[in-house]
Amino acid sequence: MSCIEQMKYTIHLQRISFKEAREYIEKNSDEVYYVSPGYKIFKDYYIIGIPPIAVGAKGNSLIFPYTKPCYGSFVLSIDNEDSIKEIDRLRQTGKGKATTSVKKGKSSESSRAPLASYEDMWKNKSEKLT
Amino acid sequence: MTGAKVLLMMGCPEIPIQTSIALYLSHKLTNLGFDVTVAGTTAASKLLKVSDSDGYYVKKLVDLDKTIVDIIEKRADFDICFAFMHNDAGMTYATTMSSISQARMYSIVFGRNAETLAETIEFDCEKIVAQDVHNPVRLKNKLDKVMEEIVI
Repeated sequence: MSCIEQMKYTIHLQRISFKEAREYIEKNSDEVYYVSPGYKIFKDYYIIGIPPIAVGAKGNSLIFPYTKPCYGSFVLSIDNEDSIKEIDRLRQTGKGKATTSVKKGKSSESSRAPLASYEDMWKNKSEKLT
Repeated sequence: MTGAKVLLMMGCPEIPIQTSIALYLSHKLTNLGFDVTVAGTTAASKLLKVSDSDGYYVKKLVDLDKTIVDIIEKRADFDICFAFMHNDAGMTYATTMSSISQARMYSIVFGRNAETLAETIEFDCEKIVAQDVHNPVRLKNKLDKVMEEIVI
């Protein structure tokens, strides 16, 4: 059990596909950042997902996808002191280079996992496919 | 590839053939000389544990989420990963694994929506697809061919 399940969170969507989670976050956040699979948030939650993984900020709330094998994907938000820190971290590192890909040979850097723009990520991906 | 580290990554055990195929693959690959670890959700692991209570077919059984964390934190990795999936969440987990691990990926896609689900896979992998729920034979036969190729 990750720390998320012990925190006070809001469920925005539940039992959806990962793509639907991404679209919801993109449409319902003030700011959207893209992280790699395995990006660490809060104490010990490593995001499971399909790149580009959207993580949003709305006010002081961090909006993120949460996937469980038997229940599908959820969109959760958390609004507390830690979410403010996480949003600040995304803002500070949001200019990182795009290195995320679903191709093999890439390794995530956990909490230091690179951030990227949506366009850069898919540009990289299409380059790998050619 | 004998001696290579193989991960069998089980998802939700809702579709019956997952457990039998996991037991079969684990045993076959172990006998072929591979170092096999099976990772599963709590429910998938309990099904396996009860089915193989003496650990005859599965030598190493670990928690799926903990294994993912270990790979992200570079405490572990594998050479080959067989990822079971019958729903979007399973595919999402497998995509994550392909991104964080150096393992060569094999996607075992099964269940009533197997072919549709297989089309949504975007990462580099070999797909073993069988639109079956209860009868594991077709999937087993396809995996037998894959194992022959891996051993060579």
